[in-house]
Amino acid sequence: MTSSNFTRRGLLKTGAASGTVLATPTIFTGAAWAEAHTGFTNAPQGDTVTLGFNVPQSGPYADEGADELRAFELAVEHLNGEGDGGMLNTFSSKTLEGNGINGKRVEYVTGDTQTKSDAARASARSMIEKDGAVMVSGGSSSGVAVAVQALCQEAGIIFMAGLTHSNDTTGKDRKANGFRHFFNSYMSGAALAPILAAQYGTDRKAYHLTADYNWGYTTEQAVRESTEAQGWETVNAVKTPLTQTDFSSYITPVLNSGADVLVLNHYGGNMVNSLTNAVQFGLREATANGKQFEIVVPLYSELMAQGAGENIAGILGSQNWDWKLENQLGERYIGTNAFVQSFGNKYGRPPSQAAHTCYVQTLLYADAVNRAGSFNPCAVVEALEGFEFDGLGNGPTLYRAEDHQCFKDVVVVRGKENPENEFDLVEIVEVTPTDQVTYPPDHPQFGGGDATLGECNPGA
Amino acid sequence: MDGLILQILNGLDKGSAYALIALGLTLIFGTLGVVNFAHGALFMIGAFCAVTLQRILNLGFVDEGATSSSVGGFSFGGAQETPYVEHWFGEAVGGTIIDWSVPLAILFAIPVMMLVGIAMERGLIKHFYKRPHADQILVTFGLAIVLQEVVKFYFGANPIPTPAPDAFTGSFDFGVLIGYDPFTIVYPYWRLVYFVFAMVIIAAVFGFLQFTTFGMVVRAGMADRETVGLLGIDIDKRFTIMFAIAACVAGLAGVMYTPINSPNYHMGMDFLVLSFVVVVVGGMGSLPGAVLAGFLLGILESFASMAEVIDIVPGINQIIIYLVAIVILLTRPRGLMGRKGVMEE
Repeated sequence: MTSSNFTRRGLLKTGAASGTVLATPTIFTGAAWAEAHTGFTNAPQGDTVTLGFNVPQSGPYADEGADELRAFELAVEHLNGEGDGGMLNTFSSKTLEGNGINGKRVEYVTGDTQTKSDAARASARSMIEKDGAVMVSGGSSSGVAVAVQALCQEAGIIFMAGLTHSNDTTGKDRKANGFRHFFNSYMSGAALAPILAAQYGTDRKAYHLTADYNWGYTTEQAVRESTEAQGWETVNAVKTPLTQTDFSSYITPVLNSGADVLVLNHYGGNMVNSLTNAVQFGLREATANGKQFEIVVPLYSELMAQGAGENIAGILGSQNWDWKLENQLGERYIGTNAFVQSFGNKYGRPPSQAAHTCYVQTLLYADAVNRAGSFNPCAVVEALEGFEFDGLGNGPTLYRAEDHQCFKDVVVVRGKENPENEFDLVEIVEVTPTDQVTYPPDHPQFGGGDATLGECNPGA
Repeated sequence: MDGLILQILNGLDKGSAYALIALGLTLIFGTLGVVNFAHGALFMIGAFCAVTLQRILNLGFVDEGATSSSVGGFSFGGAQETPYVEHWFGEAVGGTIIDWSVPLAILFAIPVMMLVGIAMERGLIKHFYKRPHADQILVTFGLAIVLQEVVKFYFGANPIPTPAPDAFTGSFDFGVLIGYDPFTIVYPYWRLVYFVFAMVIIAAVFGFLQFTTFGMVVRAGMADRETVGLLGIDIDKRFTIMFAIAACVAGLAGVMYTPINSPNYHMGMDFLVLSFVVVVVGGMGSLPGAVLAGFLLGILESFASMAEVIDIVPGINQIIIYLVAIVILLTRPRGLMGRKGVMEE
């Protein structure tokens, strides 16, 4: 990979700086960092700070990217004291007062990931080198997240991941400079398994269709392990090409496989098509082993639900967040309504879970900088590690120090039979509490004992 | 055995789409000598004709007193709308019209695709007749990207569900007919409709070329354009019409495909490359070759994606079509039914 070389000058500086870092003890408190060090990549000059929002603006995930961008714009507005303040009012940490970040007015630049790792790295690099972005956030694919996270680590920039669900982002590919608020494959499996057992019984035979790339594998593994632990049997697991559009030839063998549940480890267009095809082939009406045939989609998204239309009716899946949480489940999910209201007033639609995670990540970063009193990535890392917070829509949440993954409740949803409108496509079935989806940092699905964050890199 | 029958059925409808697109491609190549990489985009535009008609039919007004879902004082989605067609024709008739929007879109798509085809040929492609194939490929590929982005601008990147009429949802249990247990061999009604539709269109195109004077002139022009021109026949005009017809075939294939997979802006590109392989395997310029190769590759692709086959040769599902293309081109360089002299000057 040639893309790991920054400019020659940048490289020299990085080398010099990491030399200094190695030579100094790293037990500075945030305030000490701020005074002693301005020597980090893109230290904000003047009275503004620039954030880089790297989202898919073209390609198949452009609509999801557009929603992420809406959320980022809203977050910046709120941070700068415009609008109604949204979740700033409900966030348990009270450092954000609408006067920017650390007193500096927030500006932002955007990049287009195209949902391709190389394009995403190129746009992130440009935002870092040309526009001076001190933090990069966004994205709607794990491939992109892992690639951009590695780039930010090298560059000495904080990466606040957007929508990325693969275990690897905070598993084997975790990085000290990277943080993920979104949930992951393991959590989906752990959250779904008990509800699947309760709804469909413990004596089930599952057939997996899995998108042939990293996220597909970790999701299949997570759902397999958690359902098998409940007594389910996995009859078969077939990988489907990412470019597949018509899944009929993968769906038809399911009927005669002896399976009575189909698990679709697909996302985006893959999921829309495979689910539509499965419903066309009568899987929802079929019976097998004397039981009603069922379909499960481990990771749901609002946009996929829209694309699949009435085919999602009655199908179980999991989400990181849903805009109806506070209304239906009450105070615990405070922040949800505040966010939905200001998002809705500005854009005339409820936010997607992708938008939510991006908004929250921006606030979490801003708050961490304020608490640290410095934009220095290592100070920010220190402020975020082990940070416990509430009021951002997911209930009490922990940013775990060991892997920079957020731990919070997981929402299990089901496609609505009779949606009232285009935004009301899923209903909340249950919320799986945090302790049931928590795992040790060295869990085998997350790279085991070998996985390490490495050292935080402040760059040059 | 039941698995094999199912995969043949799968292959037939996949093949139908390939065959329809490849048929149009071959028509254009055979008549105008142009390699049209924008042909997939025509398929996609056809699909979006169905989406557009569905949206037009669902245009409505808000009933007073209707409710909407709200969060924290903000309401979304507005109230339930009553479509104008239901208001005008009554709920039963209006509802049926909306339900049948995909088949109705055929009537809508024919004039639209004709116009798009003529505009494309007269506006752009005619300037590239005398240019090398590489130029044609570049310009039509560029056009495809432009069309794709235009559609994305208006309809977004997300797939848009366009269901089949209620009468055709669900699936047909073949297995029971031939003595299998229920739910062993089922096949969605709409896919059967699609296959029949493809056969009708293919027959119509062949009939048109074979049994009409117009078709005879076009075939003569395909064989020897210069001589036909010397006979005082305005072959250019006829070729323009053939281009429009080819655009129509692709468009209708797109319209009818929408209930199978929700259409999105890049569905044309998904089919384009495969359709070119189909044309090459069938033999450049050969219409029966395009149809035959379409079904052949459709069925092979289905077989290759069976778990039993993948277990023996991992990854075969991803490469089967190209593998077959290589083998056929090595053993029969002109494709299955290619004639001598096509693209061989």
